[in-house]
Amino acid sequence: MKKRFLSTIAIAGAAAMALTACSSDSDAGSSDAADGGGGGDVITVGFAQTGSESGWRSANTESMKTAFSSENGFELVFNAADNDTAAQIAAVRSFINQGVDAIVIAPIVEDGWDDVLQEASDAGIPVILEDRTVSASEDLYAAWIGLDFEQEGVTAGEWAAAEFGDTETNMVVLEGTTGSAPANDRATGFDSAIEGTMITKIDSQTGDFTRDGGKSVMEGFIQNYGVDGIDLVYAHNDDMALGAIEAIEAAGAVPGEDIKIISIDAVHDGMQALVDGKINYIVECNPLLGDLVAAAVTGVVNGEDVEAVQYVEDLAFDQAAAEEALPDRKY
Amino acid sequence: MRSIWRHRLFWPVVALLTLIAVNSIARPNFIKFRVRDGELFGAIITILRDSAPLMLVALGMTIVIATRGIDLSVGAIMAVSGAVALTIIDNSGDAGNLGVVLIAVVAALLVSLVLGVWNGFLVSVLGIQPIIATLVLMLAGRGVALLITGGFITTVNSEPFSFIATGYLFVLPFAFFISVAAITVIGLVERRTALGVLTEAVGINPEASRLAGVRSRGIIWGAYIVSGTLAGLAGILYASNIRAADANAAGVFIELYAILAVVLGGTSLNGGKFSIAGTVIGVLIIQTLDSTILFLGVPSAQSPVFFAIVVVVVVVVQSPRIRNAIGRMSRSRQPKAAAVEPPVEDKQKAEVTR
Repeated sequence: MKKRFLSTIAIAGAAAMALTACSSDSDAGSSDAADGGGGGDVITVGFAQTGSESGWRSANTESMKTAFSSENGFELVFNAADNDTAAQIAAVRSFINQGVDAIVIAPIVEDGWDDVLQEASDAGIPVILEDRTVSASEDLYAAWIGLDFEQEGVTAGEWAAAEFGDTETNMVVLEGTTGSAPANDRATGFDSAIEGTMITKIDSQTGDFTRDGGKSVMEGFIQNYGVDGIDLVYAHNDDMALGAIEAIEAAGAVPGEDIKIISIDAVHDGMQALVDGKINYIVECNPLLGDLVAAAVTGVVNGEDVEAVQYVEDLAFDQAAAEEALPDRKY
Repeated sequence: MRSIWRHRLFWPVVALLTLIAVNSIARPNFIKFRVRDGELFGAIITILRDSAPLMLVALGMTIVIATRGIDLSVGAIMAVSGAVALTIIDNSGDAGNLGVVLIAVVAALLVSLVLGVWNGFLVSVLGIQPIIATLVLMLAGRGVALLITGGFITTVNSEPFSFIATGYLFVLPFAFFISVAAITVIGLVERRTALGVLTEAVGINPEASRLAGVRSRGIIWGAYIVSGTLAGLAGILYASNIRAADANAAGVFIELYAILAVVLGGTSLNGGKFSIAGTVIGVLIIQTLDSTILFLGVPSAQSPVFFAIVVVVVVVVQSPRIRNAIGRMSRSRQPKAAAVEPPVEDKQKAEVTR
């Protein structure tokens, strides 16, 4: 008796879920129909974000949401994949099935995009890549708007070479997520810039772009080489640098003096640490891509020619520049 | 000698000691301690401190697994707990105030407790399979945490709050005392009272134990509440360590590492007999392995493979068949007798008196 009662509840629950699923489906259908009737003024855009792993990402998401607002004539279908590649590909597939007008992707990793991009192209949906790149053929996407990660690495490396290139310097690297474009390119750019100097890369491990990752990897480095054995930290993003600061302070050393820190991103917390002298140099990685992406989407959907590769200008800050810039920063 | 050799914690302890030996040979720094301002530093201290969140989660997981359940939601509960604590501290406007921090910690623990109550309700009252019941929170909990923090990483500069994970009491890290306290409390309650035996009874045969007069519903429900609350405490430790509530990264995969720790410690996923000491050793193996990867400088791309190989070796060596085979090889004169496990009663007595 009791069992039957429970199963009735379960069935009722399942039915209710099915009903809500139906109703939300029909909502989507009707709004699509309304769009069609209104002459297609509203552009439906599916945006597959990586997740919200860092302050940079949050600022990027905000910028995209503002640019793709309904006031600007867009309907944004937003998906954050929590740094899970499979989930992100699934999200893009669901955008294709929903029949959005354009898809914007911030790919988590470079590889593995060929099939799903081909599906989008078969369905006639233009794809615009934001922030990171993919290794798939360039015919499969309309445009890429992002940052020159390699140039960021070069800028950071040139500063390091100028400051420390003449003295014996032991450097450790906190890498980004293994296999991601920013991690690969920032490493390549930096390495090429410090070539021939007296800076030696003694170790390099991934901190996954998170604070916790940066902190625990830095703790490992400190135990391995000692505080005196490390002169310079190159972190592929600010969050890992902030984690490293915690680790260095916990080991009784002074970040920014005993161990110098170079980082990339320039999010608010990072800039604050730079002003406080705990980080020595930050190369910006501008997250405010929304307006450029929105312009490209509008162009592509209206059949205009859009520049295939668009770089956003990056700045670089030392302590003095950061003090000046911090009050006006949007993120 | 033979009883040591066949004790079920023998292989986990050997694995742990081997890891420590390999580390000490590869890098003599590993076993060195330094004292600075009356505080002890060193690789082993870091392992003890950093293992605290996993230790708390794995202890709760041990109890849940003993009731023949599983709790997949612990990572998400960590994220929620950290988000609740930091949001309260951040909004208070007085981050350095000890009272504010205490209120935040208690509130976060209460929320985690409620989440544990929810899990337990689904499993023990509605009779939903544990893996499904806790999957709900595992998937939804992180979303709740992101909702609380508004999708951002909330950061605070609060001395009393960061003390929880990074502070020192006497000469040892405060976080280490938290995990020792949790181990002691769980150990005493489960082994010095009848609760442990009742828990095992429920895990071995829920129906039979019900007929024998054990109120299994309360015991199962309680296990999920304990697991949820301990996960909440782990979430506070995690957030305190980085002074930030990172709803996306907090406790990712920790449910799987906790299950691994429980299994490495010799507790069966089929429920029933469980070993608190085994779980403690399992957690230390995982944490030591984690820092070994850093110590030996295994390249980032290869580290999961390295981790997998070591875990596979430990699990295989622990499997009863392999153990029996080794036992037979070393004492070929007594083919059968050597392979037989000690009688259950003896084992249980050993467990209770330990």
